[in-house]
Amino acid sequence: MNKVFIISVFAENKPGRLERITKVLTESNINILAFSITSTNGFGVIKFMVNKWKEAYDLLKEKGFTVSLNEAIGIEMKDQPGGLYEVVKILSSKGINIESASVYVAETRKRAYLIVEVEDTVKAMDALKGENLKFLNPEDIK
Amino acid sequence: MQFWNKEAETLKKQKLRELQLERLKKTLRRVYQKVPHYRAKFQQAKVKPDDIKYLEDVNKLPFTTKEDLYVDYPFGLVTLPIEKLIRLHTSSGTTGKPKAIFFSKKDINNSAELIARCLVMTGAKQGDILQNSMTYGLFTGAFVMHYGAEKVGILVIPAGPGNTERQINLMRDFGTTMIHITPSYALYVASVIYDKGIDPRRDLKLKRAYLGAEPYSEETRKKIEDMLGIDIYNCYGLTEMNGPGVGFECKYKAGLHIWEDNFLMEVINPDTGEPVKEGEIGELVLTTLNREAMPLIRYRTRDLTRIIPQPCKCGRTHRRISRILGRSDDMFIVKGVNIFPQQIEQVLMSIKGVAQNYQIVLESYDEMTVKVEIDRELFDGKIERLIKMKEEIIDKIRSATMVKPKVELLEPGTLPISEGKAKRVIDNRTI
Repeated sequence: MNKVFIISVFAENKPGRLERITKVLTESNINILAFSITSTNGFGVIKFMVNKWKEAYDLLKEKGFTVSLNEAIGIEMKDQPGGLYEVVKILSSKGINIESASVYVAETRKRAYLIVEVEDTVKAMDALKGENLKFLNPEDIK
Repeated sequence: MQFWNKEAETLKKQKLRELQLERLKKTLRRVYQKVPHYRAKFQQAKVKPDDIKYLEDVNKLPFTTKEDLYVDYPFGLVTLPIEKLIRLHTSSGTTGKPKAIFFSKKDINNSAELIARCLVMTGAKQGDILQNSMTYGLFTGAFVMHYGAEKVGILVIPAGPGNTERQINLMRDFGTTMIHITPSYALYVASVIYDKGIDPRRDLKLKRAYLGAEPYSEETRKKIEDMLGIDIYNCYGLTEMNGPGVGFECKYKAGLHIWEDNFLMEVINPDTGEPVKEGEIGELVLTTLNREAMPLIRYRTRDLTRIIPQPCKCGRTHRRISRILGRSDDMFIVKGVNIFPQQIEQVLMSIKGVAQNYQIVLESYDEMTVKVEIDRELFDGKIERLIKMKEEIIDKIRSATMVKPKVELLEPGTLPISEGKAKRVIDNRTI
């Protein structure tokens, strides 16, 4: 199955937190492909999709960050007007609720991926099987 | 059930009371004769040692507070010639000077006897190995335990606190079976043991721990017991009363036996000084019944507890007190409500996803902020979970204390790690 992995890092809402995390990734030559921040009153969760997720996860953990590895689905969309609409229309018709999302632009103005975390990855992928959708293969981002 | 001194520990109730009265009278005569400050205080209260005919008469006597320890400082309350004193211990005071407590040879020996009772009461015996991770120094904690353990024939490792790496190596290399440590440091050591991938049930021989010197909750005890696979016994003491070994838990872990042949205990209402009904919460007041160098009469401990009047299954006739519920000094007031840090701790320990370290910060009189670290292992990347957990903390603290707190979730390792007494309340308020 074409699952991808997202790295989630807990962070207090204070200056310098994102800098510390990205510095670790930079120093290990890890490329960030997609990225999002959700924050609330005082704290937040920073999410990355990277090329070497296992390595990045171990590294951040070792450096003392509070980090978890989460499953996600990458769904191909056209990097043009209406691209996102086409995809989310299908997701909502299948009753799939998006818990978090980011975008990975594979080829500018041509091809992008909507990276979503959902409640049950396996069930969601099953539900989307019959649809005319292309999924991001984890091998393609290594 | 093992006993160190079965006769003394199981003395019939009536005999115990007779012994208490006899020792109380002797102590009162002694301080009246030898300590001008006590004589003056008694005279002011219009009471003489001979007026005390029954144990109940004790409430005719004036209290001793820590301020009395600074009168005629430092030898003012001593009843022996100075050359008969063999040890000084101090306890941090609030006036800048430490409280100075002196021991004679007999006092040191007696405090060790009481610790021997305590240790044997928990199942300790010759062949056990005690890692004594309390501070050796002016503080009584380590020394008294050290002597008591040696009396039983236990091998003592005088580790002292701190240097966690070394603590764990000592445990592993020498097969420590019991450890004497503060609760906050015990939690920290236990978490480091885990971080190092050591399985305490397989790699260590630790069987029991003696936790004292700072208040902690039942939840904390259970948590450390589960982490390390050991039994934890609550111990209570204060420098003014020999240090540890005043009260100690037996195998049943249902309250701390106070050695009533050595201490006369009362529980009073801290505001009025009147005794509370037996079993009600109040301030513990202790009178030494078997101390030579520096007896103290009706000493206000500032510790809040209650007497457990029911007899204990272990067969000891010495009554128990509940775990210390707080110090009157720890108590803080927000929105006019009295709050103890232990109430907050109890809530935090019951919530999954929260780590062991926390801090209460007070910036104003109508708000408290509780800072708590999240548990690294339980983080699942979902912010909704964290928001829910934060709301749960707020709700539960509000129902436990009647005050709605502000809660900050912090990254693990953000709060200072304590290697001694944890500083839980940061009061930045100015009047």
